[in-house]
Amino acid sequence: MIAELIAIGVAACGTGLILVASLGIVRMPDFLTRMHASSKAGTLGAALILVAVAVTLPETAILMRVVLIILFLFLTAPLSAHMIARAGYRREAHLCKETVIDEYREACEAENDSGASGIETD
Amino acid sequence: MTVWGAIAADVLLALLAMAMLPALFRLARGPDLTDRVVALDLISMIAVAISALYATAYDAPVFLDVAILMALITFVGTIAFAHYIERRREKTE
Repeated sequence: MIAELIAIGVAACGTGLILVASLGIVRMPDFLTRMHASSKAGTLGAALILVAVAVTLPETAILMRVVLIILFLFLTAPLSAHMIARAGYRREAHLCKETVIDEYREACEAENDSGASGIETD
Repeated sequence: MTVWGAIAADVLLALLAMAMLPALFRLARGPDLTDRVVALDLISMIAVAISALYATAYDAPVFLDVAILMALITFVGTIAFAHYIERRREKTE
């Protein structure tokens, strides 16, 4: 009974975080801020729901799977967000008007002036 | 699981399905390809959460394997999209 209450609370927190993430993906002005909303809050929300699964069904096989999924999500979400942010910034960067500082732009232009694009490796 | 637990799980599943709608809107609307890929990433994250919650609510642990597979395939797909975005305009320039 107590375990079920804890599981419902944790799963409700996770659902709330995922709702916030999907609200942010609609309301934010450009793709970097959208990614900021979705990748962090979404990952934490899914991880909380998986913790609720582990609390409700405490068996070894299920615990192994839950730990595996959480580890995998926490390892791959930053990686894929980094890759998408880099590719999107270099190819179709449409930053919002409120952007205050953009230091990576200078680095990219310096790279282009020296002739090496840094993208083509083969 | 008690009756109230089952009802709470159903409500949470419905809320997660509702959370998918804004991401679908961004997937259809998104001005750039990057926005669509971010929306796809979030959709698959929500799908992982839904199948995990379904596994507990209806006592079907097989759906945890579905969640593992979904997380794996999403990562590979996002990396592939990132490579595609970085390389696709080099031919036309």
